[in-house]
Amino acid sequence: MTAGVDLGRPQAQAIRSDEDVVRVRQLVRTFAVSARLSLVDQTKLVTAASELARNTLVYGGGGSAEVTVVEDDRRRGVRIVFADSGPGIPDIDLALTDGYTTGGGLGLGLSGARRLVDDFDIWTTVGEGTRITVTKWSR
Amino acid sequence: MERVPILKIGDILLVSIQVDMSDQTAVQLQEDLAERIVATGCHGVIIDITALDIVDSFVGRMLSTIASISKVLDAETVVVGMRPAVAITLVELGLSLNGIRTALNVERGMELVAAARGDEWDEVDGDEDVETTATT
Amino acid sequence: MALSAEESGRLARLLSEHGERLTRRWTEIVATSLRGRLSQAELARQVQELHRSMIDAGENGLTDLSSEQGGELRAVLAELSRGRARQGFTATETAISVYALKDVLLELMEENHEGSALRDFVAFSGLIDQMGLFTFETYTRTRESLIADQAEQLLELSTPVVKIWEGVVAVPLVGTLDSARAQVVMERLLQTLVDTGSPYAIIDITGVPAVDTQVAQHILKTVVAARLMGADCIISGIRPQIAQTIVALGIEFGDIATKASLADALRQVLRLTGVETRRHQRRES
Repeated sequence: MTAGVDLGRPQAQAIRSDEDVVRVRQLVRTFAVSARLSLVDQTKLVTAASELARNTLVYGGGGSAEVTVVEDDRRRGVRIVFADSGPGIPDIDLALTDGYTTGGGLGLGLSGARRLVDDFDIWTTVGEGTRITVTKWSR
Repeated sequence: MERVPILKIGDILLVSIQVDMSDQTAVQLQEDLAERIVATGCHGVIIDITALDIVDSFVGRMLSTIASISKVLDAETVVVGMRPAVAITLVELGLSLNGIRTALNVERGMELVAAARGDEWDEVDGDEDVETTATT
Repeated sequence: MALSAEESGRLARLLSEHGERLTRRWTEIVATSLRGRLSQAELARQVQELHRSMIDAGENGLTDLSSEQGGELRAVLAELSRGRARQGFTATETAISVYALKDVLLELMEENHEGSALRDFVAFSGLIDQMGLFTFETYTRTRESLIADQAEQLLELSTPVVKIWEGVVAVPLVGTLDSARAQVVMERLLQTLVDTGSPYAIIDITGVPAVDTQVAQHILKTVVAARLMGADCIISGIRPQIAQTIVALGIEFGDIATKASLADALRQVLRLTGVETRRHQRRES
């Protein structure tokens, strides 16, 4: 994993329903405020989290999100790990293309979320699941 | 599940979204609005998102759909009160909200609805009636 | 390693034996170079402090300025350099405060001939050179942080967003636009649109000497974001070179309104909002 020391305790939120997606947003907002992200950065991170949480629910058949405040030598940030045990993504490059969708959405979820965060890391295996790690750093 | 209230003010339906909507609530709002437009015969819909601290692709799509549906039902939709941080994020996300009219606040939104209706009357009745409808 | 522990001890002894005379001469030389821009008392205090900490360091067997024994001496040097940098002295004037010691030592050692004088002087010089370089580095760092602070203050000052007409705000951008500043401007402009309820914004870039891809992107994003919020932007004052850059970089300005000058942009906005006014006038007549 990338460098960075965990601050405080990470918090996990199961993603099983629509309401859980709302809870993920609120949890991420709390962490973003405590890591002192600017208002615009908070908004970007929460929006990205909303997209990814929905993906976890819709495509991954549910899963979880774990939120942590991280710190390296210069700055603080918030890291979120979305994990599911769903079907996985057969073609990541295609899935990250603007406008590509299998679920009837706008196809901006994955590609859009990647633009909204600083670090974006995706691990996926067909038949096993998907794990997406995103980090937003304070400026 | 929470439901977003829809208020009728004159010829306009006003929706002020005050809660962090779940996707289901958003879909419900879309359905409720279509029904209310038909039931009331209103020609304008104003959706106030001042209280929303994010708009993701799902809500963005909902707004576009509402605009399209109300157009079919002969009503003009204006989305008002988008926060700067939300707008910046939407641009980064790549969501352009095509086909949606926007205004800074409810007041401007009502002017915009009135102007749009005015233009329509303009086409029907010629230039004469503009003065009464397009004043600020 | 600048000098051996014994040499360091000899330096400390030399410095303390001729203490008073040495600091007096040292202060004199530095005072000449600073041409009275620092008070005599202040200067004497600095020299004495430096003198004392050099003796301490020498007695502790200092062999290298960057070693642990040099901690105190480094602190004194750093404080001196920071002070000079803040007071606007040049790097040379700052370093001379240290290098003057060489002249003083040379005079002193020429008087008391000892067998090892030359060797010692070379060793002492080594240490003084290290001290001078350290001073120079601290000086530069201080100046850099001063510049960074000023740049930040300038950022705050140089991005005014002003309401120039009912419903019209303008941002006259002056100076180089980097990505960070472009972002600040963008956020401030959008917030002002909300605060003043203005549906029109004019971004005037007459005072911007150059635009790169990133900055152009920021301006474009601002325009799109403003549109999402229900406001229209006009960009005015695009210079010929910037227009060429924009085309050369292949940046799409699309349907964004551009005008030659701020005045033209304002006229355009007034025309857009003025439609109703004119109709009123016709009605009254």
